[in-house]
Amino acid sequence: MPSERLWIRNGRVVDPASGLDEPGDVLIEGDRIAAVGRGIRPEGAIVLEADGLVVAPGLVDIHVHLRDPGEAHKEDIASGTRAAAQGGVTSLVCMANTTPPADDPVVVDAIRWRAKATGVVRVYPAGAVTKGLAGKELSPIAGLAAAGVVALSDDGRSVADAGVLRRAMLYSRMFDLPILEHCEDPSLSAGGVMHEGEVSARLGLRGIPRSAEEVVVARDLILAEETEAHVHIQHVSSLGSVRLIRAAKARGVRVTAEVTPHHLTLTDESIEGFDPNFKMAPPLRTAEDVEALLEGLRDGTIDCIATDHAPHAPAEKLVPFDLAPFGVIGLETLLGVVLTRLVWQLGWPLGKVLSWLTDRPARILGLPGGTLRVGAPADVVLIDLDRQWRVDPDRFASKSKNTPFAGWTLRGKAVATIVDGRVVWMEEDVHDRWLPAGVGAA
Amino acid sequence: MKILPKDLLGIRTLTPGQLHALLALSQAALRGELPPDGLRGRTVATVFYEPSTRTRTSFELATRRLGACVLSFDVPTSSVQKGESLLDTARTLEALGVDAIVLRHSASGAPHTIARHVRSSVVNAGDGMHEHPTQALTDLLTILEVKGRIGGLRVVILGDILHSRVARSVSYGLSLLGAQVVLCGPATLLPRVPSESPGVTMTTRLEEALEGADVVMPLRMQVERAAGSFVPSLGEFARLYGLTPQRLRGAKPDAIVMHPGPMNLGVEITPEVAYGGQSVVLRQVEYGVAVRMAVLYDLLAYPPVHPETRPTVRREAAGVL
Repeated sequence: MPSERLWIRNGRVVDPASGLDEPGDVLIEGDRIAAVGRGIRPEGAIVLEADGLVVAPGLVDIHVHLRDPGEAHKEDIASGTRAAAQGGVTSLVCMANTTPPADDPVVVDAIRWRAKATGVVRVYPAGAVTKGLAGKELSPIAGLAAAGVVALSDDGRSVADAGVLRRAMLYSRMFDLPILEHCEDPSLSAGGVMHEGEVSARLGLRGIPRSAEEVVVARDLILAEETEAHVHIQHVSSLGSVRLIRAAKARGVRVTAEVTPHHLTLTDESIEGFDPNFKMAPPLRTAEDVEALLEGLRDGTIDCIATDHAPHAPAEKLVPFDLAPFGVIGLETLLGVVLTRLVWQLGWPLGKVLSWLTDRPARILGLPGGTLRVGAPADVVLIDLDRQWRVDPDRFASKSKNTPFAGWTLRGKAVATIVDGRVVWMEEDVHDRWLPAGVGAA
Repeated sequence: MKILPKDLLGIRTLTPGQLHALLALSQAALRGELPPDGLRGRTVATVFYEPSTRTRTSFELATRRLGACVLSFDVPTSSVQKGESLLDTARTLEALGVDAIVLRHSASGAPHTIARHVRSSVVNAGDGMHEHPTQALTDLLTILEVKGRIGGLRVVILGDILHSRVARSVSYGLSLLGAQVVLCGPATLLPRVPSESPGVTMTTRLEEALEGADVVMPLRMQVERAAGSFVPSLGEFARLYGLTPQRLRGAKPDAIVMHPGPMNLGVEITPEVAYGGQSVVLRQVEYGVAVRMAVLYDLLAYPPVHPETRPTVRREAAGVL
């Protein structure tokens, strides 16, 4: 295709990877970033007037469940990637616990093919560590690597057998595939549905102690240190895990970690009304844990923010808390919650906050994108930092509505999302910001 | 004056005023002062997803004594895990014109889930490990009737505190009314964190707990919990925490013994104590009916219950005439 030119002009250009945060323009040619800065005067470009908007790299979410193949009543690649686009996410990593699971190159091929055919953002599959996510035998890791998985994970559970995990670490190193671990010792979390503490005692709900996460984090760090493999700790929820990861990083263990928007904002007190939209694994913990997670982000112990977008159909969540499935969705509230919490409430610098959503996650898994550097893929999000909006699950593109943030008023929103130089989603009022080729040129 | 809003889901969310008023109304029921046909024309459904004899029977008896109609809704035990059918069941009962749904369910919070979605009143008859408010009211009424007061008494709740909805509800109620509550059991059967309710303490030492006690309430030890996972054996539990006549002598001489039933004789309580002079176990059963009459009366005696549905039918009928 002859390179079309899209000139996004007069925005506040924020590119954490290059430390850029200043007024300026971004020029896209075809599917690549062609220029960034001031004084760009392209000929024959379509103009997108970004006055008053932040122009940033598209967000990268390395923890998403698209439920495809197998559970299309919850989500599929078409709906899940549209939810991503509405949330400003241009790249996502989808977990392997589908039906059938991504423990076979054929399934990975199918996901990639379907993403090309029906998806609107970049979809990077993770492959299973073990066959059937059963934790016993290694999945065909070389084949999965050849099929294009970007990481290995039995997410939904840990690889419970330490010997199996150790061999998986040794083996996956040959293919440079990090292992993403959902840290949960099933013998400690057994039967639990929320954080074990004063609130669980009061509500008569079985608790999941912090130790259920921490013993597995500790084990994984020891194994990663010994095998020199890269382990990535998913959805860190507890104070003790932050301490363990901090200490491991200090002695050079190849560990990275993520935290979800809900663990940065909510505590177990939210469960008071028995609403299953606050039920997820790991569970919401206490204010003390939230503080530790924030501190972990700030000092670099935690590397990025990821949603653990876990759709469940409305009927599945319309049951007593005890019986409801674990998981909440997050793609469409990711940016709003993070900006409201970290930028508006805590006053943290925008560039730093956006780095946890763009270049940092991209670098953890070696994904293209996450930056506006010249030559990078033209994945861009336009953000209205000041826009206040009410979270209305009925307006979500996701097939599922299980968000803990329903009814919240958030400040900051993606208003247009560009993947490979093409606009895949925008708010209605952004239509007024377009000028046809030639009209806007100086 | 009406005491409760639409439902009775738990004790913790009640005010001391509501609790006093419910106990006063229960005392009135006990003395036969509630109108025998006070709930004529109302329908109460008992929906039990877990087996129960005394709770269900006493709800049904209470309903009949107030002149209301009982719908005993049988739930096959096989469908207990199918949580999704619960809301359908509740909506069906609502559509049938049921005024109150009395629900027993193994999932904590189950009555809260349906209360949000139906207009019928919901009475929690025990939800998982959460609350069992009418049992707690029964225990409070028993203490009040036997001891003449609740505030200032030392009440020991003994055994499997962790899994007990009775322990939770009773201790909230006692705490609200100013009693001193001691929760006592092995460390694996106590909550991991101290209760935030005022006046509630925890200990693993039985002798210490019993000292100066006015009321001792051993809880039913679930046999399945003792299969080596929470305590090594029922026998060891009985040796450490079973309420024997000798141990009871460590309490005040006029201490009373209560049990929410059904009892495991020889485990948490010996037969000598269960049927001894200090036991008020059978009075608890008797008072249970009065409490349930009071609760149902308060929830249902004040019209209109279904402002949206009932009068519509009548209005149409009037139009035809």
